[in-house]
Amino acid sequence: MRHTIQVTVNGQTHRVEVEPRLLLVELIRDVLGLTGTHVGCDTSQCGACTVHVNGEAVKSCTMFAVQADGCEITTVEGLATDEQLHPLQEGFWQEHGLQCGFCTPGIIMAAADLLKRNPDPSEEEIRRALEGNFCRCTGYHNIVRAIRYAAARMRGEAVVPRGEAAPTGAS
Amino acid sequence: MEARAYIGAPIRRVEDRRFVTGRGRYTDDIVLPGMLYAWIVRSPHAHARIRAIRTEKARQHPGVVAVFTGKDMLDDGVGSLPTGWQIGPDMKEPPHYALAVDKVRYVGDGVAVVIAETKAAARDAAELVEVDYEELPAVVDAAEALKEGAPLVHDEAPGNLCYVWELGDREATDRALATAHHVTKLEFVNQRLIPNAIEPRSAIGHYDPGRDELTLYTSSQNPHLIRLLLSAFVLKIPEHKVRVISPDVGGGFGSKIFHYPEEVICAWSSRKLGRPVKWTAVRSESFVSDAHGRDHITTAEMGFDRDGRIVGLRVRTIANLGAYLSTFAPGVPTWLYGTLLAGQYKTPHIHVEVKGVFTNTTPVDAYRGAGRPEATYVVERLVDLAAHEMGLDPAELRRRNFIQPDEFPYQTPVVLQYDSGNYEGALNKALEMADYWKLREEQKRAREQGRLIGIGLSCYIEACGLAPSKVAGAIGVRAGLYESAAIRVLPTGKVQVFTGTHSHGQGHETTFAQIVAHELGIPLEDVEVIHGDTAEIPFGMGTYGSRSLATGGSAIYRALEKVKAKARKIAAHKLEVAEEDLEFRNGQFIVKGTDRAISFGDIALTAYVPHDYPEGLEPGLEENAFYDPANFTFPFGAHLSVVEVDPETGRVKLLRYVAVDDVGRIINPMIVEGQIHGGVAQGVGQALLEGAIYDRSSGQLLTGSLLDYALPRADDLPSFEVGHQETPCPHNPLGAKGAGEAGTIAATACVVNAVVDALYHLGVRDIRMPLTPERVWRAMRGLPTDGHAS
Ligand code: FES
Ligand code: FES
Repeated sequence: MRHTIQVTVNGQTHRVEVEPRLLLVELIRDVLGLTGTHVGCDTSQCGACTVHVNGEAVKSCTMFAVQADGCEITTVEGLATDEQLHPLQEGFWQEHGLQCGFCTPGIIMAAADLLKRNPDPSEEEIRRALEGNFCRCTGYHNIVRAIRYAAARMRGEAVVPRGEAAPTGAS
Repeated sequence: MEARAYIGAPIRRVEDRRFVTGRGRYTDDIVLPGMLYAWIVRSPHAHARIRAIRTEKARQHPGVVAVFTGKDMLDDGVGSLPTGWQIGPDMKEPPHYALAVDKVRYVGDGVAVVIAETKAAARDAAELVEVDYEELPAVVDAAEALKEGAPLVHDEAPGNLCYVWELGDREATDRALATAHHVTKLEFVNQRLIPNAIEPRSAIGHYDPGRDELTLYTSSQNPHLIRLLLSAFVLKIPEHKVRVISPDVGGGFGSKIFHYPEEVICAWSSRKLGRPVKWTAVRSESFVSDAHGRDHITTAEMGFDRDGRIVGLRVRTIANLGAYLSTFAPGVPTWLYGTLLAGQYKTPHIHVEVKGVFTNTTPVDAYRGAGRPEATYVVERLVDLAAHEMGLDPAELRRRNFIQPDEFPYQTPVVLQYDSGNYEGALNKALEMADYWKLREEQKRAREQGRLIGIGLSCYIEACGLAPSKVAGAIGVRAGLYESAAIRVLPTGKVQVFTGTHSHGQGHETTFAQIVAHELGIPLEDVEVIHGDTAEIPFGMGTYGSRSLATGGSAIYRALEKVKAKARKIAAHKLEVAEEDLEFRNGQFIVKGTDRAISFGDIALTAYVPHDYPEGLEPGLEENAFYDPANFTFPFGAHLSVVEVDPETGRVKLLRYVAVDDVGRIINPMIVEGQIHGGVAQGVGQALLEGAIYDRSSGQLLTGSLLDYALPRADDLPSFEVGHQETPCPHNPLGAKGAGEAGTIAATACVVNAVVDALYHLGVRDIRMPLTPERVWRAMRGLPTDGHAS
């Protein structure tokens, strides 16, 4: 038995027929081809699959596609607007908040949710908020910095990036 | 106009734009037309004979295209997965087939593969494959496996013994320990770890019958090695008809070095079916099918003279190799372990004996550090404990034994010749950063208030970039360990760099571009680094053992020298001067003492439009280099951690972590720091949280998912305090040594030392890892901490 659902993903509305057991993450990756959302586990622990459903961070492996019928979904691909990176994307880049990049989309989406609720989180609050996300590469040190960078930017404060921009040659 | 000094600058990574926007391309992201999906039927038993496999029902399931068993592959001539490291002439090397043929030997051993039009169909049909098993008794613990009458994993390996390996002078060490003033002895388990790169392994076999060409996409750290093993040993098809692509790879930490059964299964079945076949692990499958790490049972004794100088070290280790020999498995607990047992100290006599043992568990191979964290754990735990036993400050005891800066090159009694170092310098810096003596006072005060604070040190050495190839051969590595690079300058002066190393988080696309842009005096954005495709890159040995910059970077440097030499010829011709009259500065060849110059871009154009060109010189500007290092590199450092133990619950809180590392010349400090952070996190993970547990009677992996296996989370760790010391490697052109494993190598012993330091006055000498609250609580009360199982 298949169900027809309608979802709006990154502003684009899709009507799709899905099996009831199809997970939201499978809909996003396999049906809609948005592979920025990753799958890192089968026990809802890693957070690599985090997206926003109606504005709230959700692990998309914990939800069936049919449950998302009528929902607004944002994935990491929908975060930047016209080539303008989201402050979190910029923060992760500037502060070297990623290495292999596999956990990154999920962590960015989780962090976006945190910053909506708490625009100036302390290090401890950030670490607690990331409880549902694993990163095996960075030891979280620079992830914390990246999120603080983004928070400052979003509050309109000046920030001094750690990383030097690559695209400047001879000066 | 000064060209920018890229070497040494914290350039933000060029690869990150794609990752932060969700446009990375990992193997599982790739969808090919007509692609099929594989699901592997795995053994639920640790040890069983396969009586029969019935696949009819699965075959009839809608969407199923084929079901294959190990016998199908064997009948088709598919060979065993070879191991790449031979330990002694008598090493037992039983066959390892991609799918088990006669027996299954661990929980997760593959027995059949179902290939279907959709993932769901393959998975559903896998349930319909009926395997008739005759269960056999299993053994999961290496010490148990050596006992008389233990279940036999392979008929080829009596007593489950793969090899016995020794290094050093047994008699001299025994004598030294017999006459020592003080001997510190520890018996411990360096527990089995499960690497858990966050991207699960994935492979796609894609056979093109028209061109008789096989492409394998795989989440691998070393595509060329996979091509060699797959073509020459396993599928026995011509190497030039196989292309291996490792696209973006989501972390490896060693676990993606090896040639895995699933790569063979996807490649072979794609040839059979003429359609692409994809397999991607689900995490609980990764737990049983990714090579594990560590798993040593060790007895170690370190002897000291009256002044606290080390007189000898004796080490006996039983290493669990798992059910089959993975690609580099035999070398990890031997050459990568025994040779590091001198640590940073003048230890006149060392003897180590290692027994490599088969058990009914997932194969064990290199995991971040690979042998070196285990060696560091032996040495640093013993030194630290000895200091406590002898009533000396742990920093002071180390100081008395350090190899001094003027003693290099230093020949250890276990083969290695250290080329350089300043161990006391690194320790002093770490102590300073932490304000060590103040910490000690605070510790005292805290104790008076009933708080348990501990300070741990770990002074480590590692040997990276196993080399030269001659040495690799002498110690049984069935490969050379050089690296290749190609530099292709395009007519517009843009540069493509091809490296045989592979980046899966290390940032080569940035670091290597920095080297090239720096050396050629061109903007960084004019350089593109290409890796991970055997069709594009001349050859490569891949990325592991912290080798990429020291070997791969040096190969790039050598290729650059050739490019510059040819460019100089062209410049001399164009400027009508002798080559010696030119200097290369800021991306220009300048006639010395004049302002006459030609830019690198103009030379590139001339090389491809050679109208006015040196007589006899070939057009084009592209050079290859193979770099075989003269020696290992020897990064080292001193780490310090501060912990607080809750006396009520035994919970350990890591309060501070200070790391001072000397990884040689640094190209990008931001990337190096990131490597240290991540390495430390994994080392702390082993000390406090992680450990694979097998049920001793059933052989089931009890820690088989992220629910049961504790990976460090953000709130398990503090921010790290990272410092550097820079002693350049004297024998490679970059002076680089390697940074990828340093943190892991140091951190485990560092944190355990801190916890024991907090509790030593309560009579605690050692606690079994991971230091869970329960074990710490028990240790404080004098109860055994072995817990159940491993
Ligand atoms: S894939 Fe959803 S939490 Fe891991
Ligand atoms: S960057 Fe690799 S898992 Fe986080």
